[in-house]
Amino acid sequence: MIEIDNVHKSFGDLEVVKGVSLTVNKGEVVSIIGGSGSGKSTLLMCINGLEPIQKGSIRVDGIEVHNRATDLNRLRQKIGIVFQQWNAFPHLTVLENVMLAPRKVLGKSREEAEALAIQQLTHVGLGDKFKTFPGKLSGGQQQRMAIARALAMSPDYMLFDEATSALDPQLVGEVLDTMRMLAEDGMTMVLVTHEIRFARDVSDRVAFFRNGLVHEIGSPDQVIGNPQQPETAAFLKSVK
Amino acid sequence: MFSTSFTWNDMLFLLDGAWVTLQLTFWSIMLGSVAGLVFGLLRALLPRASLPLAWVLDVFRSVPLLIQFVLFNSFKSIVGLNISAFSVGCIVLGVYAAAYFTEIVRSGVLAVPPSVRRASRSLGLSYLQDLRWIVLPMASRVAFPGWLNLVLSVMKDTALVMWIGIVELLRASQTIVTRIQEPLLVLCIAGLIYYVMSLVVARLGARLERRWQEND
Repeated sequence: MIEIDNVHKSFGDLEVVKGVSLTVNKGEVVSIIGGSGSGKSTLLMCINGLEPIQKGSIRVDGIEVHNRATDLNRLRQKIGIVFQQWNAFPHLTVLENVMLAPRKVLGKSREEAEALAIQQLTHVGLGDKFKTFPGKLSGGQQQRMAIARALAMSPDYMLFDEATSALDPQLVGEVLDTMRMLAEDGMTMVLVTHEIRFARDVSDRVAFFRNGLVHEIGSPDQVIGNPQQPETAAFLKSVK
Repeated sequence: MFSTSFTWNDMLFLLDGAWVTLQLTFWSIMLGSVAGLVFGLLRALLPRASLPLAWVLDVFRSVPLLIQFVLFNSFKSIVGLNISAFSVGCIVLGVYAAAYFTEIVRSGVLAVPPSVRRASRSLGLSYLQDLRWIVLPMASRVAFPGWLNLVLSVMKDTALVMWIGIVELLRASQTIVTRIQEPLLVLCIAGLIYYVMSLVVARLGARLERRWQEND
């Protein structure tokens, strides 16, 4: 369970997250939508401690993320994150990209890590690209590789930070399909996304962020289908 | 008709000089690379704390190498350091190479996108693991051409050590010129030897670079 409690986050003088509280239960898929600058991506970076927070608390399975005593490297093993920029390691093959963390972080043997990587890559449809370097892949393939790379750590949670925003339109579908597959497998997911229709399809709950706050939250049918707040309705209209 | 007093023995004398040039290059590059790597990482990862280091290295990059040789050689005599002229040559050239290599390493490390480092940290890699498995390999591909340039330029800068009394390739050729009075021929041969030595290094480097680039 991810428990976000009254979190404030600033970059210098600029406060981007202004007291967000949100709980994500095990097995739940929560989508965060909202305009740019609404603090939604920043919040995601705070969940696995990539960004410090100024106030409030975030607990993952009861562990305080921003506590000095918390071993973040260990905590991050169970929180996978996929970025807008897929961030492939360009000097490693697709297979090695996926094998790296299981070998170095989990201490698995080469054979174990390789078997794991092959399984994950096949799962996301890259079964024929093991020896390829990421530079030779399309954006969609690199993003699916990034998903496999995160999954190889067997995380309990997956965070997606606008995973399809940097992709050419014709490549968005393949990545969304992969994410949908994960959701159907029962993975606990937090998606920051601009794909409203996708969010409506896969989410258990949708949160609309505005000015660093949760402005409206509820079932997809409510927030997207029948928004109660005028700002939510205006946002949905603007992205259509 | 073409006739010359350049003998086979002169050729061997030149090759001896070339061997000294190679040794000087090798040791100063070794010293420069190790020190430059450490300094460059410090400059890139702890820019504030390592600022004084940058000032010191700036001195070595700015003062002409010849002056550094002569000054260090005098310094050695004044302090009474008992080291050979060859060692003086290696140290001065090595520090000079380190000063340049520091900047090469620094720019290589800074060329690694922060988002890629963030991705590796998000997988649970520690700061040092990220450095070892992501930052260094990526940075070395950026830094390598600069390093290769440095090797070639240091190889030519070794010619300056003749001012502190080491007989390397250029000094050897001048000795022969003085004796047989055929500067054009002798300098052509010496130049050719420099050229061949540089070519080998450059070719080896280009091959390595090509292998890396095939991956991008």
